[in-house]
Amino acid sequence: MSDSTHIHTKSRISFRLNGKLVAADSYPMDRLLDVLRVEFGLTGTKEGCGEGECGSCSVLMNGMLVNSCLVPVLQAENADILTIEGLAADSHLHQLQQAFLDCGGAQCGICTPGMILAAYHLLSKNSQPTMQQIRDGLAGNLCRCTGYTQIFEAVAEAARRKKTV
Amino acid sequence: MKNGDIVGASVPRKEGHDKVTGQSRYVDDMVLPGMLHGATVRSRIPRGKVKKITFGPGIDWQEFVIVSAKDIPGKNCIALIEEDQPCLAEDMVNHPEEPLLLLAHPDRHLLPTAVEAVSVEYEALPAIFTIEESERHSEIIWGSDNTFKTILIEKGDVDSVWEKAHHIVEAEYTTGAQEQLYIENNGMIASFDKQSGLTVWGSLQCPYYVHKALMKLCGLPADRVRVIQMETGGAFGGKEDYPSMIAAHAALLAIKSGKPVKIVYDRLEDMVATTKRHPSRTRHRTAISKDGKILGGEIEFTIDGGAYETLSPVVLSRGAIHAAGPYYWPNIRIRAKAVATNAPPHGAFRGFGAPQSLFALERHVDRIAQAVQLSPVEIRRRNFLKPGQTTSTGQIVREQIDLGKLLDQALELSDYHAKKEKFASENPQSSNKKGLGIAAFLHGAGFTGSGERYLASQVGVEISEDGRARVLVSSTEFGQGTKTVLSQIAAEALGIEYDDVETTQADTHEVPNSGPTVASRTVMVVGKLVQSAAIGIKQRLTSSGLLGDSYSPAEFRAACRAYVATRGQLRSLAQYEPPDGVVWDDEKYRGAAYAAFSWAVYVAEVTVDLTTYSVSVDDFVAVQEVGKVLNPVLARGQVIGGVAQAIGFALFEKVIWENGRMQNGQMTNYIMPTSADLPPIRVYFEELGNPHGAYGAKGIGEMPMDGPAPAIVNAVQDALGVSFDSVPLLPEDIFEALSAAPPLETLSSAKEDR
Repeated sequence: MSDSTHIHTKSRISFRLNGKLVAADSYPMDRLLDVLRVEFGLTGTKEGCGEGECGSCSVLMNGMLVNSCLVPVLQAENADILTIEGLAADSHLHQLQQAFLDCGGAQCGICTPGMILAAYHLLSKNSQPTMQQIRDGLAGNLCRCTGYTQIFEAVAEAARRKKTV
Repeated sequence: MKNGDIVGASVPRKEGHDKVTGQSRYVDDMVLPGMLHGATVRSRIPRGKVKKITFGPGIDWQEFVIVSAKDIPGKNCIALIEEDQPCLAEDMVNHPEEPLLLLAHPDRHLLPTAVEAVSVEYEALPAIFTIEESERHSEIIWGSDNTFKTILIEKGDVDSVWEKAHHIVEAEYTTGAQEQLYIENNGMIASFDKQSGLTVWGSLQCPYYVHKALMKLCGLPADRVRVIQMETGGAFGGKEDYPSMIAAHAALLAIKSGKPVKIVYDRLEDMVATTKRHPSRTRHRTAISKDGKILGGEIEFTIDGGAYETLSPVVLSRGAIHAAGPYYWPNIRIRAKAVATNAPPHGAFRGFGAPQSLFALERHVDRIAQAVQLSPVEIRRRNFLKPGQTTSTGQIVREQIDLGKLLDQALELSDYHAKKEKFASENPQSSNKKGLGIAAFLHGAGFTGSGERYLASQVGVEISEDGRARVLVSSTEFGQGTKTVLSQIAAEALGIEYDDVETTQADTHEVPNSGPTVASRTVMVVGKLVQSAAIGIKQRLTSSGLLGDSYSPAEFRAACRAYVATRGQLRSLAQYEPPDGVVWDDEKYRGAAYAAFSWAVYVAEVTVDLTTYSVSVDDFVAVQEVGKVLNPVLARGQVIGGVAQAIGFALFEKVIWENGRMQNGQMTNYIMPTSADLPPIRVYFEELGNPHGAYGAKGIGEMPMDGPAPAIVNAVQDALGVSFDSVPLLPEDIFEALSAAPPLETLSSAKEDR
């Protein structure tokens, strides 16, 4: 975020966040990432590179996977935003979260929220992806710990459980 | 889960729930009331005298807290092995990005402009940037000879072997710097008040390293410095020493301002200013008998330490000891040296010197194979270390390791021989050249030599009156599974449920010093101490008559309740005792360098595309003996993750240097592997056990970093018939080499002796 954002005035930006209508008084060019973390305290969305390369700040905006470090908050006006905090219903983990736990898909955890949302986005488009489709679907999210294999296995396992439910 | 099956089971990660739900708290997730944000003004030149600092116009400097070296209450150094590295440079800078001044402000968005507005006038001095320039002594930038440390390892009489040799094989190998690239950047928060002293929270591996550095810097006693690890988003050695620097900076700003101060680096600052893997150069000269046996050899191993000593002597030590690999050398001389250059200090990165010297060795073994007309398989088989033989330091191999068996397993799992034939027949007709490469290696677990003795680590196990156990260690979790595996060990030893054990957050006010979380020592060394401390608890309960030899969870809880009610706190401490027979001579570099080695044979299969000159790794088999595997899912995750980083080291990750500064400090131009770049990584464990580790465990975390680079480059040589002796090996390097020497088909048709 550059200084120039501060010469503009704040305005009220409303959107739906994890199912609830919310509003933030923000500079229009504030990064969605910062608004989520600072204004709403949703620190599950992480900053890894600040330039859209690592995917740690991935959230869903109107069902699309976006890097929230590259989204000016004004673009979120009236949008439907889903963050990691909105995935588990009450105390029940989402199938993907449970599969990440079971399969070793999370190590240090810093890429995990973005990775799980990328996987959620993939499964929402393709409920039974092949390994190659999983590999391609997650290629925008970097993980330095796992070598990805156990992440792929977690996504495949979540898809399998979904099928058998 | 009952006693007897907790160790060895893939129990869920202790902190896993919070990680998958986004509830884990990393340092940047923490906000303290009234907190300021800090930033660092850094040197823009590699070497020179600081003449004048000017605070430029357009900034209201009254709003900023400004800290210089003059504000340091204690000694201006980051205490580690030596005290040569200043916390803030005063009259002299020795590398680009060296910290000079600190700024803090309530609005973090104002800091970048303020940092830019500080101008520093220098009197530039000549600088040196390579091992060769450092060796030439054209400029002396550190000590009397630019040398941080030299090591000599000698066994037998190398000078006598050359005339007996049938072949003498000589070559030089180099490896580049590598960025750890944890996805969470470095960060610290510090808070100070006169009553309680200094507290820092941060992303770090070694709480007591930070603690020691802050005591020295601030002139505070141990009980007035408190270091708390936050959830840490990857480390890989990169958060071993530099966190002490950032903690020091945050502390100085907090002390001066009286307010809490947060310093979190962005990616660029983290990449250009913090430590990386040491660049290396290794020279081999080896005498080989007619039948392909190593008669002896000389190895010269040199690493570039950057501008200050930091951890270079110990990186050098591990690299030198691993330089001889898993082979029997009747005669050997290893000369190792860490030299100074005007780059930011290089530091710890998974493998800690071993990936560098093992890259050289395993490339060299393939070169020897070529010289003596044996296959890469056979040359290794004929020279493998066997139980009862000695390593380069004279350590007797007491483990019943059969490296030939690991090799056979790796060959079978990779379908090596059939693929060799297939590639030999298909490669000539294809512009996609395929090849197979092998690397055999070992990795010593725990601190080198007398290191564990000096550390004298302590751990505690504490039981509450409801029978729940807490493991008290300064060993940190940063993805490897420290909390999980140490809890498994305690549960197993206490005979209670895994869910009834927790491993506490590393907080120097709450936990004893179990040593740094490095060197693949946590499960083997610290785990063994946790096991001892837990057994101590059980003995106390049985000797006080509260618990029988076998018991139910309810009986254990009742015994704990009774103990706490009548005798008070139930806590057991264990301290490291050197195992019998593990003796090391630091002067002569002789003896047992490590209490245990892990052993491995890896096979890489690659395709080199002669249209793009890119290398893809198509399949990867990793066979290793790591003692008892305590948590199979976590252990496999360590190996796959390590192999992936090593594939980056081999084929992608190139640091571009200019005048000692990294030029590609972004994720867009420093390329680590994505999910689309990696092959299936197939992991197999042999489990021989280990008397020195918890439930027979050895170290595992670093080992998978050692083998992939040479296995891959050996595979590229197999595919192309052209030898490459440096990593990273990029398409342009292959293009250049092939333009100079068109590919030959000789290697793929070389005699394959099974």
